[in-house]
Amino acid sequence: MAMAGTDQGMNEPLAIEDLEAEVGLRTGRTHVLAILVENKPGVLTRIAGLFARRGYNIETLAVGPTDDPGYSRITLTVDGARHPIDQVTKQLHKLVNVLKIRDLEPGEAVQRELALFKIEADGAKRAELLQMVSIFRGNVVDVGPNTLVVEIIGTNEKIEAFEEMVRPLGLVEMARTGEIAMSRGRDAT
Amino acid sequence: MRAVDALMECLKAEGVEVVFGLPGGASLPTYDAFYDAGIRHVLVRHEAGGGHAAEGYAKATGKVGVCFGTSGPGATNLVTPICDAMMDSVPVVFITGQVRTDLLGTDGFQECDTIGITMPIVKHSFMIQDPQDLPKTVHEAFHIAGSGRPGPVLIDIPVDLSKADIDYQPTEKVTLPGYSPTTDGNQKQIRLAAKALANAKRPVIYAGGGVVNANASEELISLVRADRFPVTCTLMALGAYPADDDQWLGMLGMHGTRAANYAMDEADLILCAGARFDDRITGKLSEFAPHAKFIHIDIDPAEISKNVPAHIPIVGDAKNILSRLVVEYRSLEADSSRLDEWLGRIEGWKEKYPLAYEDSKDSEIKPQYMILALHEATNGEAIVTSYVGQHQMWTAQYYGFPKPRRWSNSGGLGTMGFGPPSALGAAIGCPDQTVVVVAGDGSVQMNIQELATCMQEGVNVKVFIMNNGYLGMVRQWQELFWENRLSAVDLEGRPDWVKLAEAYGATGMQFTAKETLVDDMRRAIETPGTVVVDVRVTRDENTYPMIPAGEPARNMVG
Repeated sequence: MAMAGTDQGMNEPLAIEDLEAEVGLRTGRTHVLAILVENKPGVLTRIAGLFARRGYNIETLAVGPTDDPGYSRITLTVDGARHPIDQVTKQLHKLVNVLKIRDLEPGEAVQRELALFKIEADGAKRAELLQMVSIFRGNVVDVGPNTLVVEIIGTNEKIEAFEEMVRPLGLVEMARTGEIAMSRGRDAT
Repeated sequence: MRAVDALMECLKAEGVEVVFGLPGGASLPTYDAFYDAGIRHVLVRHEAGGGHAAEGYAKATGKVGVCFGTSGPGATNLVTPICDAMMDSVPVVFITGQVRTDLLGTDGFQECDTIGITMPIVKHSFMIQDPQDLPKTVHEAFHIAGSGRPGPVLIDIPVDLSKADIDYQPTEKVTLPGYSPTTDGNQKQIRLAAKALANAKRPVIYAGGGVVNANASEELISLVRADRFPVTCTLMALGAYPADDDQWLGMLGMHGTRAANYAMDEADLILCAGARFDDRITGKLSEFAPHAKFIHIDIDPAEISKNVPAHIPIVGDAKNILSRLVVEYRSLEADSSRLDEWLGRIEGWKEKYPLAYEDSKDSEIKPQYMILALHEATNGEAIVTSYVGQHQMWTAQYYGFPKPRRWSNSGGLGTMGFGPPSALGAAIGCPDQTVVVVAGDGSVQMNIQELATCMQEGVNVKVFIMNNGYLGMVRQWQELFWENRLSAVDLEGRPDWVKLAEAYGATGMQFTAKETLVDDMRRAIETPGTVVVDVRVTRDENTYPMIPAGEPARNMVG
């Protein structure tokens, strides 16, 4: 039975010099934060405002309802090379309307984003483009005389790869939803 | 029952004795409800005065302050006190009127987006959209304002909803799924902290406003006395440790003592309780306390490792943690002689660099002497409030606060208009205590209108104006760092303070001689009611010592 004062290591001598400071401030990678918030007016403004006044940059942002109408899910990505993620999440936690924040580790979550591309597609280009869409498992959602609108769903890497491929063909415009994410396994995110 | 009548019931259920405010169109229903609610309402003369009065009340009593304002300009006038309360973690509930719901978003008369304007500077805010929600919201607001790290909470009520009929069922149940501050410190971390303290050869305890907010002064004293730890406090925490004690180093930071700042600079272990390593404390961050490891106790996890990475973070209430830390530390039976060398070194600094100033050769009153005289005239037992500037720093340095909640000033935001309104709040909250304001002749003109409120309320507030005819702190910086190019700091055209006091119906006095100053001050303090005293002091005295902005503590000057 564990008794007070018998925690492992607590009776070892302690050298002040050996104490280590908390986690490093910059992780150097993009973090996907899945934030569960109360579905109330102004909550997104509070989060966006917090980022703005603390000088944090939101890379992508997606907001939508959850299975419970009382809550919304905000998925946002932040560059951990530029911002101290632990400080970002601690500040977010202070918002009364924020219930839960999960910093999704790569590998433990699935991430998806939807993007729409309007691409020039006249004559010979059209066949090449359709082949590309097929490789990326995209869908053509609108066909015009000179352009196609294509939908691509996937990770942001996939979307960026597609963008790179079609840009030489004549990319008229692109719109992205921002990533949404969900943890793998049985437990809720 | 009207929503506003339910609001009054909720205030009473929260134990509110007094509110500060100023009515307007959008708060007419609220003020109608005040008519027979049986709650003391103090009519301030400017909403900013109301906000600072509520802060002064909260700081002196430890209770949640309450301030009312109307929509539009009423709300915008509250922006400064709201931000002030946020920066200094003061629990205040602000309740503003709003235009009626069908006018919202149409730029109606006296409409402003109060929630939007104040969003970055509140702990939380609520816009009432269904009058039925008002009672629950009021209790939530009080809970949020007063618990965890205290702060301002705002409720904005559209005027049509405030007079709507609701089915009021008394409830104080608060359900906030996203809000549950950690108060209990982690036992393992506390034990580790005790062990680190027992192994430290050059420890310093650095206490901040969180210790005052947690009413943990006794626990702080116990920890210091569990061994012979040297202790310093921030501007916000003065009084949390008695200033006449041997272990007291004086305040730390920009205008702190050399003993406190040098001790931080050479420490091997710093225990920070309820402070936030503000830039006025650290000076140049990269050279702050270069040899130290940090134990950081705070109820707000976001403060831990924000500016200075913590080696032993402990999240929770300072009272809870410090009392348990004392027990753990005592159980280790550390050898106190390990501190001999360190305490000797500190003693050396205290002897070599005491707070000092050159006294005048004639009867001119040096500002530092004015504070020493005030200490003597009040036996060091007054509640002292100040504005911001040199007079604030001299008061912090020289008054020597014996107990917490005796010192009320604007630390984080540095709000000039803080003095009389906060003294008004303190005097109403603590009617049996002597309340004095130390003012600068620059600051005092901001919110001086609250003298009228002091008169109307019949409070005993004594305002001592440290009159040097300058915006002194700015003048000092211009002299020291801007080649003495004095720009817009000379307060020529200041009023006759004695006559001004008399115009308000208060007693006015003027003191010019140091020989009689203590007796003169006693006379002022013994005079009933509100007294305004013009104390003529040396014009161009500087506040020393000082860490020049952006430099490390060891580069202190003066």
